Amino acid sequence: MDWIENIFRRRKLYNELSEEIRLHIEERTEQLMGEGMSPKEAEREARIAFGNRTLLEERSREVWQWATLESIWGDVRFALRQLRRSPGFTIAAVLTLALAIGANSVVFGILDALILRPLDVPQPQSLYTIEHGPGKDANESYPDYLDLRDRNRSFDAVALYTISTAGLDTGKDPSQVMGYEVSGNYFDALRIQPYLGRFFHRADEHGPNSAPYIVLSYAYWQSHFPDERGVVGRVVQVNKHPFTILGIAPPAFQGTLLFFFPDFWVPVVNHEQVQGTDILNGRRERMFFMALGHLKAGVTPEQAIGDLNSIGSYLEKTYPKDDANMTFALARPSLAGDLLGPPVKGFVTGLMLLSGLILLAACANLGSLFAARAADRSREIALRLALGSSRKRVLRGVFTEAVLISMAGGFLGLLGSIALLRELSAWQPIPSLPAHAPVYPDASVYMVALLLSLASGFLFGAVPVRQILRTNPYEVVKAGSTGIIAGNVGRRITVRDILLVAQIAICAVLVTASLVAVRGLVRSMHSNFGFDMQNAMLVDTNLSMAGYRLDGVPNMQRRIIDAVQTIPGVKSVGLIDLVPLAGGGTTSNVFTDQSTDLSPKNAAANPRMYKISPEYFHAAGTSLLQGRALSWHDDKSSPRVAVINQLFARSVFGSVNNALGRYYKMEDGARVQVVGIVEDGKYTQLTEDPQPAMFLPFLQSPSSQTDLVVRSERDPEQLASAIRSTLRGLDPGLPLQIQTWTDGLGIALFASRVATVALGVLGGMGAMLAVTGIFGMAAYSVSKRLREMGIRISLGAQRKEVLQAALGRPAKLLAVGSITGLILGILAARILAYIVYEANPRDPLVLAGVVLTMSLLGLLATWIPARRALSVDPLILLREE
Amino acid sequence: MPIVNKPMTEGNPRDLFPGALEMMILESLRRQPAHGYALVQHIQQRSNNLLQVEEGSLYPALQRLLKAKLVKAEWGVSSTNRRVRTYQITVLGLSHLEQQISSFERMFEGISMVLNPGRATTS
Repeated sequence: MDWIENIFRRRKLYNELSEEIRLHIEERTEQLMGEGMSPKEAEREARIAFGNRTLLEERSREVWQWATLESIWGDVRFALRQLRRSPGFTIAAVLTLALAIGANSVVFGILDALILRPLDVPQPQSLYTIEHGPGKDANESYPDYLDLRDRNRSFDAVALYTISTAGLDTGKDPSQVMGYEVSGNYFDALRIQPYLGRFFHRADEHGPNSAPYIVLSYAYWQSHFPDERGVVGRVVQVNKHPFTILGIAPPAFQGTLLFFFPDFWVPVVNHEQVQGTDILNGRRERMFFMALGHLKAGVTPEQAIGDLNSIGSYLEKTYPKDDANMTFALARPSLAGDLLGPPVKGFVTGLMLLSGLILLAACANLGSLFAARAADRSREIALRLALGSSRKRVLRGVFTEAVLISMAGGFLGLLGSIALLRELSAWQPIPSLPAHAPVYPDASVYMVALLLSLASGFLFGAVPVRQILRTNPYEVVKAGSTGIIAGNVGRRITVRDILLVAQIAICAVLVTASLVAVRGLVRSMHSNFGFDMQNAMLVDTNLSMAGYRLDGVPNMQRRIIDAVQTIPGVKSVGLIDLVPLAGGGTTSNVFTDQSTDLSPKNAAANPRMYKISPEYFHAAGTSLLQGRALSWHDDKSSPRVAVINQLFARSVFGSVNNALGRYYKMEDGARVQVVGIVEDGKYTQLTEDPQPAMFLPFLQSPSSQTDLVVRSERDPEQLASAIRSTLRGLDPGLPLQIQTWTDGLGIALFASRVATVALGVLGGMGAMLAVTGIFGMAAYSVSKRLREMGIRISLGAQRKEVLQAALGRPAKLLAVGSITGLILGILAARILAYIVYEANPRDPLVLAGVVLTMSLLGLLATWIPARRALSVDPLILLREE
Repeated sequence: MPIVNKPMTEGNPRDLFPGALEMMILESLRRQPAHGYALVQHIQQRSNNLLQVEEGSLYPALQRLLKAKLVKAEWGVSSTNRRVRTYQITVLGLSHLEQQISSFERMFEGISMVLNPGRATTS
């Protein structure tokens, strides 16, 4: 392009021009000297003949300059001068926008990192997780996985992984670590290369426990063996089994889930050694196995689904007892497919909407400030128009000011959001889990911040346009600075009024949202969980990690219970395989006693399954409604029994009263008698619908996973150390994690805590914007009418009347805006319910809270203008004009 | 009455003949290439000194012509052995000049008819 070339040629062009002009004058001088003038005279004459050299040279240069750019620069300088003249306005405007754009870039950064950005693996666009069934479960059983792996024609390779905990003893400090059990082809299927050593491959798998290899994550390696290359080949103990360290994964590879950074990878064929359970042959054992792989080049997701579905119907036909509803779907792996995807997407999208509202409110705020500013400057604008400036030029000036402010605000906001996103990424929200939210900002965040700044600059810059276009210079100059405004106040509904109402409405929505969230959180802490978490400690251990097998497990569990029971101050001790609301857990199909066909489609219910000790209900504070609790006599030699919850009783036996003493069948055909009924509770999440549950005696259904619930009123720290020393006395190799039950609920409460904090921050920002908006409006209308106030006061007006005149309008607008916002907030309840547990904006407390908050904000914002209106001294004011 | 005594800016409605100076420069260059000083001399002589062109005002006009690629410039040495920048009209400049002249003539004709009704056209 020409002008680009011109920019680079400019210097040369200018130099040539100066030289040419110099030579011109020289030639003229010489000629004049030839005609007989003295050199001095000749030079002077030559200069006069040439004209104003500087100006002409400037004009010549202008020819080459990019006219728009140069005049924009002029506008910028003018705007900067204007803004410097009103620093209060400028600072307020920049800060408002910095907050709004900062909030938006933080939320967008999260959206970008969690939803838009793919996993950091090679060719992420063709990588999919396989899900099945109407519920889009990502869990496949190992035998089903093998069929999917070997029978599909659409994937390059299908790999499998599951999250796993293991006791890892590297010879330094034996500790509980979390990582992945993966199929042998995992690293090859993902096309990952080792940082050090080698990875295991499909060829390394030769049946159960045939591949005792472990790959460490770069982070784990760096924190435990800083730069020690010799660890490759070393033998370490995984749950007391020797495993060889094969290699170190590259630093950027942090597993195939976005949140969860594994410490290690071990082959899933060694599952029995790692987890102590033998489930690899169970087609029904769908324990968090997730299958994923790259589609072959040229295969569309639809074709792949068709291919998988034909395998699905083969599985249904071949294994009718185990497999039903084997229809498949594909999902992005980073959020565990549809397990976490929809809630995370819903939450982040909701936040994005709310922060978008914040930005809109900020724009409305600045728009009315700009309109007020344009009104104040109507005389100046009129003069400029009268002196021949075009309206376009005046408007350009206004837009330049707006964009300058928005860019400054955007820049500040972006700086803040980068800092905040870095903090967030480093944060480990649940101390016991290696879980992170990697939300590092990238170029797209910067782009969005820039675009938002520009867009909002134009948005609020556009507010005074009509006002300026309508300006009639003659009228304004004639009427004086206050004339036109005084004519408008109190009569018509102006653009500024509408903006203020819109802004207050948005803020009221935000305040409503954050109050609903806080209230929801408070309520969720006090709702009925089906257990009492006060005065209870959780002891989490795993006997298979400590090397216990088969009958050794229940025997040791009994010894543990007995030992803890003897600790002074302990009221009761219960054992359960995994306490409710701790994340995870298992379900199992059950059948009516009459069923003979025990295939999944005949199941009467799919209750949650817990394995407990006799004292569990007592220790957990779960109330037994009918029948008896389990006892120590419910062991392998006696008939199988269970305690069920109310919903189980209703859904399988029709009613709670009908259930006691009745039988139902387990998946393996075993008949189980119902001996007791307990209250319903929360099992996986606080927001879940009621779920059926059954509690089986741990002596009849052993599990090496062991959670102890210890009820005691002793100080938790003392109690914890007493428990620790008691259990270490039994077996020093037991991995232990001891915490109060309240702390243990961190995972279950995590989502609503995050939601509450996020909504609280946005609500706070909304409140701030409401204050600045009302303050701006009130302060402006008071300052415009000071003279009128002065006259009223001197004519004997009462304080009340003055206040009404000054603040009646802002107060009215505040009321209209708040009510609108409140109604909108109630209407938005459905969106809130997605994020917040028990979101109910119709809650009278919330309603009262919103009204109270908005009135307080109004009071706060009108306080200073009201003081000013009351302190008007009529004499001083009248003297001024 | 000097028609041109200040540099013309394009699109300035108060100029009687926008582009008049450019037209005269192009016409001079059509006859022979010249450098700035020679162009000024030539225009003043040809107009019998009726056009008192401020010498320097030539340069912005020359820059505009250069930018529009109607002329091209080259450094060289003049017959009087001076270092000069010689301008030369381009093909584009020639066709532009013809257009300008014909539209100028039509305008001039119209003005003459208004100013001297009853007289025949001057050119």
